[in-house]
Order: sequence, then C-alpha cells, then structure tokens
Amino acid sequence: MPSETLIEAKGLSFSYDTRPILKGVDMTMQRGQVVAIMGGSGSGKTTLLRLISGAIRPTAGYVKFGGEVVHELDRDALFKLRRKMGMLFQFGALFTDLSVFDNVAFQMREHTDLPEPMIRDLVLMKLHAVGLRGAHHLMPNELSGGMARRVALARSIALDPMLIMYDEPFTGLDPISLSVIGNLIRRLTDALGMTSIVVTHDVQKSLKIVDYVYFIADGVIAAHGTPTEVKESVAPFVHQFVHGEEDGPVPFHYPAQTYRKDLNLEDSVV
Amino acid sequence: MQRTTMDLWVGLFVGVGIIALMILSLKVGNLNAYNPSQSYVITGNFENIGGLKVRAPVKSAGVVVGRVTDIQFSTQTYDALVTMSVDSRFTFPKDTFASILTSGLLGEQYVGLAAGGDEAVLKDGDKIMKTNSAMVLEELIGRFLFDKASESD
Amino acid sequence: MFRHLISSVRSIGHRTIDGIWRLGYASRFFVLVLLKSGTSLRRFNLVIRELYFTGVLSLIIIVVSGLFVGMVLGLQGFETLQKYGSESAVGTLVALSLVRELGPVVAALLFASRAGSAITAEIGLMKATEQLAAMGMMAVDPIARVVAPRFWSGVISMPLLAAIFSVMGVYGGYLVTVVFIGVDEGSYWSQMQSAVDFRFDILNGFIKSCFFGVAVTAIAVFEGYDATPTAEGVSGATTRTVVTSSLVILGLDFILTAFMFRGVS
Repeated sequence: MPSETLIEAKGLSFSYDTRPILKGVDMTMQRGQVVAIMGGSGSGKTTLLRLISGAIRPTAGYVKFGGEVVHELDRDALFKLRRKMGMLFQFGALFTDLSVFDNVAFQMREHTDLPEPMIRDLVLMKLHAVGLRGAHHLMPNELSGGMARRVALARSIALDPMLIMYDEPFTGLDPISLSVIGNLIRRLTDALGMTSIVVTHDVQKSLKIVDYVYFIADGVIAAHGTPTEVKESVAPFVHQFVHGEEDGPVPFHYPAQTYRKDLNLEDSVV
Repeated sequence: MQRTTMDLWVGLFVGVGIIALMILSLKVGNLNAYNPSQSYVITGNFENIGGLKVRAPVKSAGVVVGRVTDIQFSTQTYDALVTMSVDSRFTFPKDTFASILTSGLLGEQYVGLAAGGDEAVLKDGDKIMKTNSAMVLEELIGRFLFDKASESD
Repeated sequence: MFRHLISSVRSIGHRTIDGIWRLGYASRFFVLVLLKSGTSLRRFNLVIRELYFTGVLSLIIIVVSGLFVGMVLGLQGFETLQKYGSESAVGTLVALSLVRELGPVVAALLFASRAGSAITAEIGLMKATEQLAAMGMMAVDPIARVVAPRFWSGVISMPLLAAIFSVMGVYGGYLVTVVFIGVDEGSYWSQMQSAVDFRFDILNGFIKSCFFGVAVTAIAVFEGYDATPTAEGVSGATTRTVVTSSLVILGLDFILTAFMFRGVS
C-alpha cells in the first residue's frame, strides 16, 4: 500500500460565533486507507468533514488535500477540487425528483460531455458495484433506507473520486444492510484505490473495516490508533467509548451546580 | 413522468398562452381594426372641449374612423388644439364640420365629423376650420334660466 | 414603566434592523440568481421541466377561476348597467376590469398559492434532506441548477396564465350576458373593442403580469432556499411565501397602476 499523505490537518479550529467546535485538530490520512472518526454526538465530527470539503472556513489552522490548502482556494479551484471528492450524506440525500439511474448519472451529465450510451454503461457499472443494477428505473421514494444509501454510494463514486467521506453511514439501518454498507465501503475503497473517511459512532462495525481510528472529544483528538490498538487501549475515554459504558470521562450528567443546591435543599438546612 | 409527455404538455400550455394573448390583442383589443401606421393626422381648434380625453374615438356617421391623439392649450388663440389621427382609408372634404358630441346622456365624449361638399380633401397635417364646441351642461342650464328670466319680464 | 418603554423601542429597532438585513439578503440572492441563470438558459430542458410544474399544473385553477370571475362580472355588471339602460356596455366592463386589473392580479394571487408555495416547499425540502448540500459537494451550484430554472419558469408562465385568465373571463362574461341573459352579441364585442386599447390596456396588463411573475417566483425561491431545514421551517416558509407574495402583488399593483394609468381616462 503506497503510504502517500492525502489529507493533512494542522491546528484545525472552528467555532460557531464564539462557541468553539474544534480546538486544534491534527491528523493525517494516507491514500488507500479507510479512516474512522469517532466521537460522541455533537463533538464536531461532521464539522470536520465540512472543513475538509471546503464548505466552511477554519478559524485557525488548515486542511491540506493532496498538497493544496483547502480554504485558500478560490471558488473555481474549490469546485475542481470537489470533483475529486465524494460525500455520502447521513440519509443518502438522493435527488427525489430524479430516478436512481439519473441520480447516478447526475455528475457525469453535469461535468462531462460523455455520449449518452457511454453514460448508460458507466451508470449500470456503478450500480452493479453496489448490487442495484436491477433497480435503476426506481424512484428514490421506492427504495428502502439501505438501498437508498447504496445508490448514494454509487452516485458518489460516479466520477471515480480520490476521497469519499461518509457522514454516519450506519445510522438507522438493520443489521443486514449495515454489514452490506460496511463491506461495500471496504471493498470499493480497495478496488478503486480511493481513501475513505467514515464518521460514525458505530464502534463494533467500523472497527472491523477501518485501518485507523481517530477519537474526537471536546474538539480535540482524544486518542488515535489502529483498530487493534484501540481495542486493547486502557485509556479511560477510549475504553468507555469502545465498550459503551454509561459513565466515565464522558460524564452522564451535563455540567450543573450541585444537586442539593438545585433542589433548594441547602437553604432549608440552614 | 416521461420527458416526451412533459414536453407535450408544456408545448400545449405555451401554445394556449400565446393564443390567449392573441385573442386579447385581436378580439378584445381590436388591434387589427385600427392601425395607427396607416393614418393621417389632422388638427382642429375648439373653443371648449368639455370632457374630451386623449384616445377618445373620432366618428363619422357613428363609425369610428380614428382617435384623438393629443390635446393642447393654444396660447395664441386661447382655445384647445385637438390632434386626431384618422384612418387613411377614409378621406374627408376640406370643409368638414368637426364637433364634440356625447354618446348617450352620460356616455363618453367623442369628435364627430360631418362631411361638407368641397372637392379638395383633408391631407396629413391639415386643419379643420369649422368646429363646434362641446355642450357644457352648466352653460346650457345658465342660458335656459336666462331665457326664462327674460321671458317673464 | 421606563424600562418597558426602552425595551419596546428596542424591539422595534431590532425588528427594523432584522427586516432591512433580510431585505438586503434577499436582494443579494436575487442578483445571484440572475447572474447564475446562464446554465438554465443554455440548458433550456431544465426550465421546460419546471414549466410543467409551475405552468401546466396551474392551468386548471386559472381556467376555472377565470371563467367564474368573468361570469360573476357579467352578471353583476348587467344588473347595475341595466338600471341606466346601457346593458350593452357590459362587454366593456368585463373586458376592462379583467385586462387591466383582475386578470394579472387574481392570476398572480392564484399562482402564488398554487405554484409559489410548491416551489418553496420543494426547495425547502431539498435543503432539509441535504440534497442541496449534496449537489454543492458534487461541484454543482444549487442556485444555478435548482433555483434559476424554477425562477425562469415562473417568470415565463405568469404572463401566459394571466392572459388565459383574462380570455376565460371575457368568454365567461359572454356566456352569462349574451347566451343566458340575451344581451346583443354584436354590441358585447363592439363596445368592448371600441373601449379596450391595445397599448394602454392590454400591453399594460401584460407588463403588470410580468412584474408579478418576477416578484412571486423570486419570493418563492428565496423563501425555499432560506428555509430552516426542518419540517417546521419548511411549512413556515411556505406560508410566508403565500402571505408575502400576496401583499407584494397588491402593493406592486397599486404602484404600477399609478404609473401606467395616470393622466389617461
């Protein structure tokens, strides 16, 4: 596996108004890897994806994609860059007014001048790769959640991108669809020589398919390592997360004043 | 829905819309009956035009032959200079009599042309010499009262 | 007491600033849509698709309403004009009210609630389901690909719908007064033709409907694009589209009428 750096983030920070979301994230991702980014809900995982795709600008630090600093690009260069990226949204985000076929063909028609017969062949190939060649005539509202996500996956690999980002690809899927999607991510990454970033909190499934894991908590990288390292890790946060324990470094209680004080018990004692 | 069916419906819609616009212009707006490009302009001085407005019809024997295009106050003669555009299919003698009339008791006012007997015809830019002003109700009533008063003396 | 006064003044100020800010934001969006219209005019298929939804699907309500408005105008006009013995002028009354005012205005109001709300809901839902974001990620500008075709389809279909409305109204009036009541057919048309002027009445009505088309669709696409991406946000945006565009239509109608018909009959 060529260990060439595709994405590099240094001191990456972002805040909404004054609320900091990310506070100095450092990470590197190699070509051909499947990398998982894990963390509790609202820990800034999706923000990280938006920073990589250039949808938002970091307040400090930078992300490099293939050597280019993403937020320094102008609009045209950014759009050119995005043609090398694919993104799978949480619920697929298929275009509801287009059929499955047209959804997959969308980027080819928008960005290339390929003749229609060639587009047809390419679309069927992409759909075949996700096992839905037979469903090309259906409309998105006729698909199940798992199928919709597979179509979205076919759509995001339409132009053979270098990077695919998956935003919570496992949410709300039954165990079978979940395995299907998980294995597809691994298989397509290897077959097409892409790089994949999977944002998820499904620990067990993702540990089976990824090469490297980053844990985000409170806007910083709390831990990182290969799946084996992570499983054996004794760091309290990682342990809590991997084993799904209720209380630990991520507390069960939202920060508050003392329970006694909230219930006005302290006054009555006096 | 199939692309072709959609195209068909949109084509029908645009067609119907354009036909509607044509009906409005031709049948309702009567665009074909009065075309200002084929017309000539004549003027006339009136002592009092009453309630005559720009765009009021010009009629002869009750038939619309043109429209009033402009009304000006003349500072030389201290009366109203009315410009009319008349369809060039209709020619009128030089001594045509123009008067401001009212259609019905409360109807709109128009310019009525009564042809005279002259051999020469009015041409573009000519002026009608014989005009008759609008009936102004107040003047009529005033004259009527004055006559009554003088009768009873 | 004093504090109440201060806070109410402050809330007025807050709303004013918010309103102006939003207006500026909407205008900037409008300019952006115009600038990015190149794609939809080059690939006119995109506009044709939207014409189906804004134009063809609005046809039924426009045709039926036009017919009934014309019939009511004919009936009421006849009742009133009969008292003065000038029932033959009913054609004039029907045609002038439709061509100058009711055609453009009522068609635009119907268009706002039929097509405008649909545009807002569609764009809002596309935003809520991340379709617009997905499009952006595929390096396709959603304003050029989604917003502009819808905007142009509305601008094109509004004048056509207004014309269809007026024509249906004129024939509705004809149906009631000539066919049912028995007003002379010749005088219905001839009185109408002598009173309705092409430039002043029909062309001005057409220009009005063009203005309304731009206003309604601009509001509709803006509200959709600006909607909070939740079910609640989209439904609120849809309501705002109908309310705002109705008010804008009526206000704009007054301003346009004042400019167009000042000084002539």
